[in-house]
Amino acid sequence: MSDLPASQGASPAEPLAHPGLLRTTLAILWKDLSAELRSRELLSAMLVFALLVILIFNFALDLKPSIRKEVTAGVLWATFAFAGTLGLNRSMASEKDRGCLDGLLLAPVDRSAIYFGKALGNLAFMFVIEAIVLPVYSVLYNLNLFNAGLVGIIILGSVGYVAVGTLLAAMSVQTRTRDMLLPILLFPLVIPVLISAVKASAAFLDGLPWGDIAPWFNMLLVYDVIFVAIAFMVFDYVVEE
Amino acid sequence: MESKPNALRILDIVTAVLIVAATAVVFFYAPMEAIMGNVQRVFYFHVANAWVGMLGFTAAGVMGILYLRTGNPKWDVIEVAAVEISLVFFFTAIVTGSIWARPIWNTWWTWDPRLTTAAILELVYAAYLMLRSGIDSPERRARFGAVYVILGFLSVPLTFLTIRLLRTIHPVVVGSGAADAQGGFSMSPKMLQTFLFSLLAFSVFFVDVLWHRVRLGQLEQKVEQLRLKLAR
Amino acid sequence: MIRVRNLVKRFGPKVVLRGLNFEVGRGDFVALLGPNGAGKTTFLRILTSLARPTLGQVEIAGYRLPAQAASVRRRLGVVSHQPLLYGDLTAEENLRFYGRMYGVPNLEARIAEVLEMVGLLARRRDLVRTFSRGMQQRLAIGRAVLHDPDVMLFDEPHTGLDQAASAMLDEVLRSVAARGRTVVMTSHDLARIGDLASRFDVLSNGRVVASVRREDIQPDALLGFYRQAVAGGAA
Repeated sequence: MSDLPASQGASPAEPLAHPGLLRTTLAILWKDLSAELRSRELLSAMLVFALLVILIFNFALDLKPSIRKEVTAGVLWATFAFAGTLGLNRSMASEKDRGCLDGLLLAPVDRSAIYFGKALGNLAFMFVIEAIVLPVYSVLYNLNLFNAGLVGIIILGSVGYVAVGTLLAAMSVQTRTRDMLLPILLFPLVIPVLISAVKASAAFLDGLPWGDIAPWFNMLLVYDVIFVAIAFMVFDYVVEE
Repeated sequence: MESKPNALRILDIVTAVLIVAATAVVFFYAPMEAIMGNVQRVFYFHVANAWVGMLGFTAAGVMGILYLRTGNPKWDVIEVAAVEISLVFFFTAIVTGSIWARPIWNTWWTWDPRLTTAAILELVYAAYLMLRSGIDSPERRARFGAVYVILGFLSVPLTFLTIRLLRTIHPVVVGSGAADAQGGFSMSPKMLQTFLFSLLAFSVFFVDVLWHRVRLGQLEQKVEQLRLKLAR
Repeated sequence: MIRVRNLVKRFGPKVVLRGLNFEVGRGDFVALLGPNGAGKTTFLRILTSLARPTLGQVEIAGYRLPAQAASVRRRLGVVSHQPLLYGDLTAEENLRFYGRMYGVPNLEARIAEVLEMVGLLARRRDLVRTFSRGMQQRLAIGRAVLHDPDVMLFDEPHTGLDQAASAMLDEVLRSVAARGRTVVMTSHDLARIGDLASRFDVLSNGRVVASVRREDIQPDALLGFYRQAVAGGAA
């Protein structure tokens, strides 16, 4: 009954080895990254949008050298948050377009592999945008943003943002109001991340002592842990009928 | 189911009596506060409304967990009822707070941790209602609603902590003991009695309205069922 | 292979399946017929493990749904009216991705074999976005048989295909069925499905109301049988 070529590795009783959580997570990540490398739709949209947001802030706040230092952290995080929703929406919509989300759910993999795969992909896209925005911002405003602490905060903040964002995008893509809904659902829930990240980034840029930064750092850490765990726990309910 | 249960009728009357009594107690029994004057009387209803709002949002979070665990639609009906009612109570709390703040803090609004959290909390649950209205399938609406209400339930306390952190270590406010220090007072026994009584009155009020709203939700389900029966 | 007892599915207040019973033996090709709204798609979604039953028992290849969903999923190949493919990946990459999700051994050889079978070997490095609807549907079948499933479920696979593409799809369907697989396929196109299936079941009002084997019915009597069954089920 089989049209499978004689296999060496797998046992005859169980022709398919159970694919592990890590391997399937990486398979989904690989799939998202290679599709994006080819089309570059999502990244270019995020990037252009991010630059536009900075441009708008430039005129809205009149970024004179005297105030630049104080508002830089806020402008950066507002930019990441706005550009982030674009990426989160697009990445989930691509699963819905040709029914691919069903294709993922049909596979004998743990649902958390789907969540972690999508979340890691989104995180990678966020990092790419942040890695481009930071030097561009440094050049445009003649500020030195190359600061290990700042990079650490950006990583922590992005993790929390993407953890909640991926879960909510999986929900909003299944509603009638689709792309409109994601920022409305997401922003009120990630306010702790945004405030802490802005404050910690500003503190690093001002060279404040660790004692001033630690509370924000801890808050980001707590948020990341809580929301990665809870998203992992409830993701099943978001994708299964 | 069709006719209003007797217990609910009785509760309606009790609620009406309690609210009228609470109003009377606030205006005639509670003493006038020495410094703030009559405007302090807002405090009794303000805190009662906020308390009931918090109660409702907490209840909604618990209902969300129960719904996901059991899949029983009755928890969903209670959940959405609690959120809707609490949005109104909490909004009333914000408005009464503003009325008090105008003469005492000399502004309608400040970005104090509690006020800011209250505003964000209203936004979270408004987003919850928008999420629900964007979904046609009743079962999915209930599932997503439960997930979001749980997320909100976890994030709002973190928001409060973060904003408090923001204010307490913010250089301008350092040393002032934060904004709620202005306009603080200590309660006399009569004030405390009034306060506890209005808490009780509003809690009963909340239960009464919740009961009505849950009945409405159940009737909605019934109408939906009958409509489907007719359509076939 | 498939055993369904007293299956009920409710969406909130709406009852879609009301006590459905259904049984398929190994190697059978069952065509599931029925008017729109009869519950065909819902029933198939439950068999694919994408939807949970409200009540009743569902057993596929000896495993119960939804408790042993992962074991069922491994033995299931599904083709729906959507292709479940990624437009920005090539045919080959799509299969490679799904092969990893299923843990298929000797993946590269298997991919070539499957592409050959659905007649897309020459276009294996082309983006799926550039494929015609018929080619996408054939690749979707390739994706569904990649892990050599025992049971295949097809939900209206002919939707949106022209005559030539449909004929080509039938070829592939036949070769899939010829390997002794159990197949369940929903359709509302009697002419199309008439010479594919070995058994015809009519679903109406959330129940299987009639069932007939191909050898027991004349091809031209099929339409009458179907109409009578639907009329009987609605009453």
